[in-house]
Amino acid sequence: MKRYNIRIAGVGGQGVVTSAHILGNAMSAAGKYASLVPFFGSEKRMAPVEAYVRVSDQPIYEVGEVVYPNVIMIYHPQVITHGKSYTMPFYSGLKENGMVIINSDVDIITDEDKKVLEDLNARVYMIPATQIARDIAGTELATNMAMIGLFFGITRLVNLEHIEKALIERFLGGTFVASGGTTALDSAIEKKFKKKQELLAKNMEVIKYAIKLAEENGWVETETEEVKT
Amino acid sequence: MPEQRVVEPEYLILEAPRERKFITGSQAFAEAVKRANVDIAIAYPITPQSETMHLVGDLYAQGYIKDYYRAEEEYGAMSAIAGAVRGGARAFTATSGPGLLRGLEAIVSWPGHRIPAVLGIMTRVVNAPLSIQPDNVEIAYLLNSGLIVFHAENQQDVFDFTLAGFVISEKVDVYLPVVVATEGFFVTHAKGYVDLPPEDMKLPPRDPYKAPVPPTDCEIPPARIQRDAPVQKSNFMSYLIHAVWQQEIWSANRRAVKWIKHYLGGLIEVVNPDAEVFIVASGCAAAQGREAQRYATMEGLNVGLVKIKSLRPFPTNELREVLKNAKTVIVPEHNIVGWLAKEVKAAIPNSGIVVDGPRVYGGMTLPVELIMDEIYKAFGIKKERKTVV
Repeated sequence: MKRYNIRIAGVGGQGVVTSAHILGNAMSAAGKYASLVPFFGSEKRMAPVEAYVRVSDQPIYEVGEVVYPNVIMIYHPQVITHGKSYTMPFYSGLKENGMVIINSDVDIITDEDKKVLEDLNARVYMIPATQIARDIAGTELATNMAMIGLFFGITRLVNLEHIEKALIERFLGGTFVASGGTTALDSAIEKKFKKKQELLAKNMEVIKYAIKLAEENGWVETETEEVKT
Repeated sequence: MPEQRVVEPEYLILEAPRERKFITGSQAFAEAVKRANVDIAIAYPITPQSETMHLVGDLYAQGYIKDYYRAEEEYGAMSAIAGAVRGGARAFTATSGPGLLRGLEAIVSWPGHRIPAVLGIMTRVVNAPLSIQPDNVEIAYLLNSGLIVFHAENQQDVFDFTLAGFVISEKVDVYLPVVVATEGFFVTHAKGYVDLPPEDMKLPPRDPYKAPVPPTDCEIPPARIQRDAPVQKSNFMSYLIHAVWQQEIWSANRRAVKWIKHYLGGLIEVVNPDAEVFIVASGCAAAQGREAQRYATMEGLNVGLVKIKSLRPFPTNELREVLKNAKTVIVPEHNIVGWLAKEVKAAIPNSGIVVDGPRVYGGMTLPVELIMDEIYKAFGIKKERKTVV
């Protein structure tokens, strides 16, 4: 059984919840299983946001927030440096042999935290996701795409076709309403790209780049790890 | 909306082809109401129930329901449901936590008034400090009033229990309101796979004359017992009338067992009946328990799960039978009082084997790891967790 219990921590406006939905939809498109729970306070930019996603090749029964994740994704460095998070420290609850993916262009983990992560035998991958989003898509708003791209690049749970299907569902489906704030943000992105198709293509480019990054760095998981509690 | 044709409950619930959809628990409630030939829905909004009743309002706009309105508050909503049902309509409402307690005076009078309605409960904290998260202590308040109470584990249960709820509720030998409770957010706002029968089919309409009591006649019970002087006064006649009336309510509640078995496959579901250690749970705690049972099995431990689908009628005999050889019974719950643990202890002769917990409070998620800790303890296994929380 391949099973990842993921906690995504970021700040308002980064598309934490949106990308959680895309993660879930991609798994669904691949005929696999996912469940997700968003968690946020009053919606505003730069306020803490968390989303929890469970993905597996087997049915998932469990519900609710992920208290003991085996994957932690940090979308914004301030989650770590400013404590902009519901869960402090950022690695709280991380299980042994887990993985942490951090969006940062500089090493922001203190020596003390590094020791904890080493003791847990955690793999830590740091990528400049915001820079990648800016360079390839021309907007920071694609940061979330780089993050989920890297996750799928490492885990190989789905292929590009499934991710694209999930993106189409999310951006061209027209039925998804997460919140008023998200809708407003969507229309801002749409204006920027004029056409939704263009937005989709740029997002896919970011995802492809992140997948390649995982490959080039040798981060791709080879064996199926068994989930231990 | 598609033209809906009436089909027999047996066909719609048990035989019709089903298509798998990935939907939220709120949508699952609405999908059940869509196929239930509901006449009227009345509710007052409260988080996390609002989304369900919003979707049911959409059904009214599309023509699936004949009437729909927002009541002044929950006491009004629950009283209006009683009025509509007594007038012959099939009715649906839903509420959460504080809203449930506000409407409770009316709700606990429904069984005695023989009101066959379906009430959705999306659990939410009721005790201070207040929160909108899914603590389920409110279910304890529903267990002693004669209501039929189902507790849904996931989105599929929400759909199945609600649709079957209308049918069971209106059976002449039952004729009681059915509560379909589930955890707010964890089920209502999260998506899961639900197998749905076609949406162009619906239940037969309610036949208000197919009833143990006439719906609107004020000269005979139940309306008459409300206004007759001998009943209103405190005298031995009134006590006697109350006694026989309530005894009949609880008999009717027991008579629902056969219909629950027929439409929902039983009051309980058992995974690994030959286990040494059992997890007994209802609602979302059963989902967490199911996960723990799977992990335990992967680790070679002989653990079983008993999911309680129906809290009223309570599966006393079923539990006694399944747990007769159990060494330990773990009862995980989403509330501080442990109402299910008390029920389980009262049902079996050797209550000492029941572990009180694990429990989470204030609507927190129930980590599977906490259930695993109890499983390890039951088998005398020592495990150290490195994780920092």
